[in-house]
Amino acid sequence: MANSTLSLADAAPVTTDAPRHSVVVRITHWVTMVCVLALVLSGIEILISHPRFYWGETGSVMTPSLFDLPIPASRPWVNTGYGFVLSDQNGWSRNLHFEAAWIVMFTGLVYVISGLRSRHFRNNLLPAGAGTSRRTLWKDIANQLRLQRPDPVGTWSYNVVQRLTYLLVIFVLFPLTIWTGLAMSPALVSVFPFLATVVGGHQSARTIHFFLSVLLVLFLVIHIVMVYRAGFRNRLRAMITGRTASREDQP
Amino acid sequence: MNGFSRRKLITTGLAATAGASGLAVAARLADRYGLIPPDYGGLYGPGTTLTYASHRLLTRHSLAREFPRSQISKAPFAKLRPFKSEVFDRLRAGGFVDYRLEVEGMVARPVSFSLSELKSFPSRTQITQLVCEEGWSFIAEWTGVPLFNVLSAVKTLPQARYVVYYSLQPRWWHSIDMADALHPQTLLVYGMNGDELPMGHGGPLRLQVARQLGYKSVKFIYRLIVTDSLKQFNKQGDYSWYAGI
Repeated sequence: MANSTLSLADAAPVTTDAPRHSVVVRITHWVTMVCVLALVLSGIEILISHPRFYWGETGSVMTPSLFDLPIPASRPWVNTGYGFVLSDQNGWSRNLHFEAAWIVMFTGLVYVISGLRSRHFRNNLLPAGAGTSRRTLWKDIANQLRLQRPDPVGTWSYNVVQRLTYLLVIFVLFPLTIWTGLAMSPALVSVFPFLATVVGGHQSARTIHFFLSVLLVLFLVIHIVMVYRAGFRNRLRAMITGRTASREDQP
Repeated sequence: MNGFSRRKLITTGLAATAGASGLAVAARLADRYGLIPPDYGGLYGPGTTLTYASHRLLTRHSLAREFPRSQISKAPFAKLRPFKSEVFDRLRAGGFVDYRLEVEGMVARPVSFSLSELKSFPSRTQITQLVCEEGWSFIAEWTGVPLFNVLSAVKTLPQARYVVYYSLQPRWWHSIDMADALHPQTLLVYGMNGDELPMGHGGPLRLQVARQLGYKSVKFIYRLIVTDSLKQFNKQGDYSWYAGI
């Protein structure tokens, strides 16, 4: 398809097939991926300065914890039981964390607004579009659990389990992670106290933020495994160029 | 090159020019309304600038949460060791009667206050949360003189934009903008939980910036400099200058 000479014919659309993923979905997907990796990495660095968790408003090394992570800390006064202190990387980590958080917020905003306008959510992610019945739902879940290769339709559409998972990630996990992140900001909480009080306090927000990020990492791992099972090159190409193996190519 | 590409090129060029001049205008306006932090440059500048600008617009009149007495932390937040230095030990031996807070820079009347002079100002007591960037948090009742009382006593000049404050701990200082310096909950703290401020908590005098992380609440404050620019002050560590997060 690639042609070295430019002509009017090339500028006009030559294919009638719509791309597998719209250009907005493709761009926001990869920007989000870069941000999530940056957030997870910097989040871990920030976390190791105090790998203890509490519930309520307050908590410190001098109060009992809800649970401790079985890892050393990057600050000497946290008694983790390990004989050594990890390197303290909070400087760049905090900067990277908040910068990536801003970028992922804007990216998410573009994605959600464009998804509403283009009916991306209604057509591609709401379970109704998958032709759901209770029977197919259980079949889908069972197939998914067996890590079975998706049927050919899967190249062009999502099944119910995929739809529900993506909706959960987009409309529950990401918003709650942002919420609990903002709830740890002393300045924002001075304007919107409910950010912290609704989730049970400053330390509860921190603890929930941690569990949400664990769930997001879990999603990321399963997502990559499923893409691999479905045909890594083809799915990767679909998310980069928008093109995928055509329907006729499918067995 | 055909007409389609040329038109596209011109449109893109115009859009880019409009975007760039729009950004330049926005930057000038933002600077005029005090929305640009001193550390706006560099790789992480955009993030910290967005945070600072949005907080300055949102938090103009907001007060940090205050808590009921029952929520005051029972335990200190760490095994607090007394601060050791020759100067500090001498002041401590004298019961801190020689402890002074110097206020200088862009003020009409530079003054050095003793602790008892600071205590004669109208005081404020508040039960607020101290949040550390490490992740822990701690609630106490703090008593002190609001910084704006001290600043109005020395009469800051109209061009003042920041207050730099120094700790007796070597090479340790920080600074805040006038929005936080004049905020009613920004205190020069000398009392905690109904007692003198313990030395482990920065006694006899520390700053408390209630709406920012703990690293802005410097202990053992002995010097304030009011200034219109932070250029001559080195940046303190890698951390974001604004810590409202």
